[in-house]
Amino acid sequence: MKTLFDKIWDAHVVKTIPGGREVIYIDRHFIHEVTSPQAFAGLKKRNISIYRKDKVIATADHNVPTKNQHLPIKDPLSKLQVDTLTQNCLENDITYFGLGHEKNGIVHVIGPELGITKPGMTIVCGDSHTSTHGAFGSIAFGIGTSEVEMVMASQCLILNKPKKMRITVNGQLSKGVSSKDIVLYIISKLTVNGATGYFVEYAGSTIKSLSMEERMTICNMSIEMGARGGLIAPDETTFNYIKGKEYAPKGEKFDEAVAYWKTLASDVDAVFDHEYAFDASDISPMITYGTNPGQGIKINDFIPEKANTKSLTYMGLENKQSLIGKKIQHVFIGSCTNSRIEDFRIVANFIKGKRKADHISALIVPGSKQVENQVKKEGLDKILEEAGFELREPGCSACLAMNEDKISKGEYCVSTSNRNFEGRQGPGSRTLLASPLTAAAAAVYGEIVDVREYI
Amino acid sequence: MEKISRIKSSAVPIHIENIDTDQIIPARFLKSTTKDGFGENLFYDWRYDNNENAIGDFVLNNNLYNGKILIAGNNFGCGSSREHAAWALYDYGFRVVVSSFFADIFKSNALNNGILPITVSPKQLDVIFKKIENNSRQTFEVILEDQLFIADDLRINFEIDAYKKDCLLNGLDDIDYLMNSMDEIKEFENKQVIF
Ligand code: SF4
Repeated sequence: MKTLFDKIWDAHVVKTIPGGREVIYIDRHFIHEVTSPQAFAGLKKRNISIYRKDKVIATADHNVPTKNQHLPIKDPLSKLQVDTLTQNCLENDITYFGLGHEKNGIVHVIGPELGITKPGMTIVCGDSHTSTHGAFGSIAFGIGTSEVEMVMASQCLILNKPKKMRITVNGQLSKGVSSKDIVLYIISKLTVNGATGYFVEYAGSTIKSLSMEERMTICNMSIEMGARGGLIAPDETTFNYIKGKEYAPKGEKFDEAVAYWKTLASDVDAVFDHEYAFDASDISPMITYGTNPGQGIKINDFIPEKANTKSLTYMGLENKQSLIGKKIQHVFIGSCTNSRIEDFRIVANFIKGKRKADHISALIVPGSKQVENQVKKEGLDKILEEAGFELREPGCSACLAMNEDKISKGEYCVSTSNRNFEGRQGPGSRTLLASPLTAAAAAVYGEIVDVREYI
Repeated sequence: MEKISRIKSSAVPIHIENIDTDQIIPARFLKSTTKDGFGENLFYDWRYDNNENAIGDFVLNNNLYNGKILIAGNNFGCGSSREHAAWALYDYGFRVVVSSFFADIFKSNALNNGILPITVSPKQLDVIFKKIENNSRQTFEVILEDQLFIADDLRINFEIDAYKKDCLLNGLDDIDYLMNSMDEIKEFENKQVIF
C-alpha cells in the first residue's frame, strides 16, 4: 500500500521527533560555489568537521564563464566564489570537479552521467532544480544554506513529510512533441503553485516510453509548479542507463542493486493525496508567453484573453495574440533542463544543412565537459558551427545570467531553460521557454514557428 | 544559536504588505561568502537614497523607534529563498518578527537562524500597529514558553511547532539536535544497505 515516495522516504527515517518531524538520512550531497560558502564557514565557526565527506561531490557551474575556461576567471566576484569552493574542498578533502576538469559541468547533469545518481537514494543540493535526479527513482530536492550545513555536519535533515501527488500521462506523443513540451503542458494546466506542498510521481505509458534524458527534463521542472520534487519509478531504461557508468555498481553488485531497484514502484493499491491524468495526444509543442513557467500555450494557440497584463506588458505581447511569426533575437540551448547529448543530437539533426537566420544569436551550451566532448566526438560541433551556432564550454550560462552570457533589455530569447521570470536572463530580458527542437527552428527561421511544419 | 525565552522590548513597525526578500536584502549584497555583516545593508534601498544619505522617513532611520521586535505587514518574506534575509534581520538585532502571514521559506529560514516569527490575525496586527502609532515606546513582551505575545491588555496566543519551540528555548538549532543524534545516525548507517 505504499507509494514509491513512501518506500524511499521510510527507508531513510533515522527517527521521528515529537511533533511529527523526521530525521531523514541523505545519501548524496552535491554542492556548488554559490550556496556553499556560508555553510563551510558556519561549520568552521562551530568547530565541526564534514561528517561524511565521501558523500559530498562539488562542481563549479553557476558563476563560471563559458569561454576560455583555461584562463583565470575575469570577474572578481565569480573568481572569489569559485576560489572559495576550491579551497574549501581542498581543506575538507571533498571530491571536486572544478572548472576545466573532465567531469565538470552543471551539477544536475554530471550526477546522472557519472552514475552517481541512483534509484532509491535521497539526494540534496543547495539548488532548487535538484529535482532532476528524481528521474532515476530517487527522492531529490533543493535545500537552503543552513540545510547544506546540516547535511555536511550530520548527513541528515529534519523534515516534515510532504504530501504525494501522481501525474499520469498515457498514449503516444505526436511527431515534433518532446518531453519538454509534456512538462510545459503539465505546468500550464496545474499553474505555478498547483503542486505546492507535494512530491510528484510521474507515471503512465508515455512517461515509461521516455529516455533517461527526457525523464530528467520533466523531473527538472517539477518545482516550477511548486512541487518539492518529482520522481519516476526506475525500470529497464534506468538500469541500462546506469550500467557501466563510472560510479555505478559493477558485476554481481550491479545485479543485486537491480534486484532491489525493481522493488521501487508504487504498489497497485497505493493512495495518493492528489492525482491528475493527461492524454499524450492532447500535447503539442509548447511555448511560454509570460513571466512564469505556468504561462504557456500550445505553439499555435493564442495568448489567453485573461492573461496577466503585468506579464504581457513586460513581454511586449498582447492578449489573444498568436506567437507564430513573432521575431526573436536570441536562441539559448542549454541549462540543466536541456543540455544533454540527446538534446544536441536533436538540434544538430534538425539544423544539418540549414543556417541560422542572420539576425539571430544562437548560443549552445553543453551541460558538462563530457557532453561537450561527446558533441565533438560525434562531429555535431561541425554541424552547429556551419549553421552559425556558437558552441560554448559547460555551465549554467544564460539560464540565470550570473556570468556574462546575458540577453539585452527588451530582446526576445527562445530558451530551453526552465525559468522565464522578469530579468532572469539579464535585466529586461524576455524569455520564451520551449523545447530544443522548437528553439532550433526559431534560430533557423528567425521567428517562432510550429516546428511540425518543417520536419 | 542564542536562546529565546522572554523578550521585552519596544518594536519597529513597517506597515507594508508583501515585503519580499529582495527588499530585505538587495541581491547586490549577496556577494559575501560569510553570514555576518548583512545587518548594515538590511532594507538598504529603503534606508538610503542614491547618494547613500539616510532617508529620514524610513523607520530604521527614526530614533523614535527601535527594539528587537519587527512588526510587518501581511505576507512578509516572500520572493527569493535567499537565507541572507534572515541573516540580515538577525545581524541588525531583530529576534522576533510579527506579521499576519509569513512566506514558507522565510519562516523556516528565520527559525533556523534564531528569529521567532509570530503569526497573528489581521485584526490583531492592526491593533498592534495602532498601539505603536499612539506610543512609539510601547513595550511588548514575548513569552515563548507560554506562546504568549503581550502588550498591556492585549494577550495573543501564538502557534509554534513543538520541536522548533524547544530549539529556540534551548538555543539549539537543527545542527545541535542532529549532533546530539549522532549515535542514532551511526546506528542507521550500520543497518543501511547501499548500492
Ligand atoms: S542551469 Fe539554470 S536552473 Fe539549472 S542549476 Fe544552473 S542556474 Fe539553476
